[in-house]
Amino acid sequence: MSDLTNQITKDVHPDAAKLEGMEHTKQYDFKLTEDYFFKSDRGLTRRVVEQISYFKNEPEWMLKFRLRAFEIAEKKGRPKWGPDLGGLNFDDIFFYVRPNEKQGTAGSWDDIPEEVRETYRRLGVPEAEQRALAGVGAQYESEMVYHKLKEEWEKLGVIFLDTDTGLKEHPEIFKEYFATVIPPEDNYFAAVNSAVWSGGSFVYVPEGVHVDVPLQAYFLLNAENIGQFERTLIIGAPGSKFHYIEGCTAPAYTSNSFHSGVIEIVCQDNSHVRYSTIQNWSHNVYNLVTQRAMVHANASMGWLDGNLGSKTTMKYPSTYLVGEGAHGEVLSIAFATDGQHQDAGAKVIHVAPNTTSSVVSKSISKGTGRSSYRGLVQIHQGATNARSNVECDALLLDENARTDTFPYIEINEKTAHVGHEATVSKLDDEQIFYLMTRGLGQAEAMSLIVRGFLDPVAKELPLEYAVELNRLIELEMEGSVG
Amino acid sequence: MSDKKLEIQGLHARIVGGDEILRGVDLVVPRGEVHALMGPNGSGKSTLAKVIAGDPQYEVTAGDILLEGQSILEMEPDERAREGLYLAFQYPVEVPGVSIANFLRLALNARREDGDEIGVMEFYKKLQRAVKELNWDESIIERNLHEGFSGGEKKRSEILQLLVLEPRYAILDETDSGLDVDALKVVSQGVNAARGPEFGALVITHYQRLLNHIVPDVVHVMVHGRIVKTGPKELAMELDQKGYEWVREAVGA
Repeated sequence: MSDLTNQITKDVHPDAAKLEGMEHTKQYDFKLTEDYFFKSDRGLTRRVVEQISYFKNEPEWMLKFRLRAFEIAEKKGRPKWGPDLGGLNFDDIFFYVRPNEKQGTAGSWDDIPEEVRETYRRLGVPEAEQRALAGVGAQYESEMVYHKLKEEWEKLGVIFLDTDTGLKEHPEIFKEYFATVIPPEDNYFAAVNSAVWSGGSFVYVPEGVHVDVPLQAYFLLNAENIGQFERTLIIGAPGSKFHYIEGCTAPAYTSNSFHSGVIEIVCQDNSHVRYSTIQNWSHNVYNLVTQRAMVHANASMGWLDGNLGSKTTMKYPSTYLVGEGAHGEVLSIAFATDGQHQDAGAKVIHVAPNTTSSVVSKSISKGTGRSSYRGLVQIHQGATNARSNVECDALLLDENARTDTFPYIEINEKTAHVGHEATVSKLDDEQIFYLMTRGLGQAEAMSLIVRGFLDPVAKELPLEYAVELNRLIELEMEGSVG
Repeated sequence: MSDKKLEIQGLHARIVGGDEILRGVDLVVPRGEVHALMGPNGSGKSTLAKVIAGDPQYEVTAGDILLEGQSILEMEPDERAREGLYLAFQYPVEVPGVSIANFLRLALNARREDGDEIGVMEFYKKLQRAVKELNWDESIIERNLHEGFSGGEKKRSEILQLLVLEPRYAILDETDSGLDVDALKVVSQGVNAARGPEFGALVITHYQRLLNHIVPDVVHVMVHGRIVKTGPKELAMELDQKGYEWVREAVGA
């Protein structure tokens, strides 16, 4: 045991020993039982960061990484642009909750607000999954399907694990790529995540392997994995092809009001990677996520990013086209209802020649909701013949709803072709009347128009997700009839 | 007399807060009959169509609309539709991203109880039959509602919907406008296919040519927000030859 670990063990342990449910043989060498429940101190401190690493029994390099990230976060401070984050007080937040396998992180099912449970029921989410989503569950029992797929994947050499396990079982691959796409220096919230990360997915698809069935994060779903600070690392080796799907359309409930994930994706030469997520956090959550892909020669990366829940979201999937002929695609959906601010968009950075990108963003604002498109297209010098096209459409459902577009375009290459198109439309009374004369109720007519508006993006989703998205929009549209 | 009719009684209506457009319309369309409503521009024909369908832009200030004896004035447009009323729009709107098939399935299911949704096969059979009736290519059902449709295709879509939804009463608002002769024939063929003892229609048109294809049982003439003349199908011919001035003078409108 190194000096650093030793010192921290001493520091953490006296407290830890007071907690119940712990098994330990010697003072410095104890194991926690699987159902051990632990909450860090409130707030983000060096000590909390140490506690996390200690409880996860991590290698020293990871502990050092976390501490360095913590220092960076301390120095950086919060961004001075974008939505109002005034309501986000770190001193109220538990940065690490080690779930109990039986009770999860939230304690009891009865503690989950009725409206959240009602939404689960109406979405038809199976109860086991409901409990897992709400953080009160044991592991979601999709075992049968998952195990069969898992065997197939293992045969192909595909690694698909939660990130903590990934670090333990594949330290070499992990260390080679971890934090190379998004270093802690990148931005404040990436630094915070780097300091306190827990859970997430670790995916490695070897050279030339095509995975036909989407790798779905819910296979790995357990209370810890729907944590606040998940860290996902996805590597597509040369010539690989796969689709990763994160999250569910059912609202992920958390009593903690802060979610800040980091998603890193490496698309090596000639690989084709898709990442789809439809997120629907409960309406108390600040959802501040950094997700980025590094795309090498002739590889392609596709993001499908849907943001429906949360109080405030800041999320701009970015794609760095660093290899010649690389291609990036972003499809983005944002739905902001009363009191919500969805600040979403995309970044595309063209560094290499003959790179292409396309961004389609669809946002909907309802009630007092506000949605913003914030996008960046950057064409570096030397990225000859780069092509990029951005299309963002906003739909306003009410008088008080608001939408903004902040498109930043920086071109340092004469041969670049860049297109940008933005539209804002209002829900059209004539369309509603027309649909009603065909027998559809007002709410149904409105939600059909909204679904049609989102269709160009939604049709890229696997069917079961598209169906769930539709149901969710119907729920959101209810109560919008005066 | 039987209640199987659409009856307009002394109807006065205007655009909300605006001037009166309908000034006491009286009209009866029994089920099983096709009536034509003709009249000069601005006489209130399209307003009547929209008021019957329940367009919230208009308000009824007096009179009543009875569907098989029941007043529909207090009903929302969707309730009226579920009661068996259909309006083929003069200018059908576009609804991007919504396929015709998907939309019609929802519209049919809106008429049925929860749990009694139409079967997939039954629905597609119905839809295919209607598409065929209109000499249309089957791929049309996967296209989005009127997105990128020509004027003629939009009108054809209105008749396609009529054939699938099978209303008891349909109002066709200038379905012939903007159609070339071939399209006119196809659309008329569709309407004629819907004709039968259980179907009543009010065909609004400015010109007599549509009535060569959809031969009406009765012709009404509207001038200045009122029905000023009602007669047999020959009345349409007379109007075509003599123009509307003749009616105006005759009734002193």
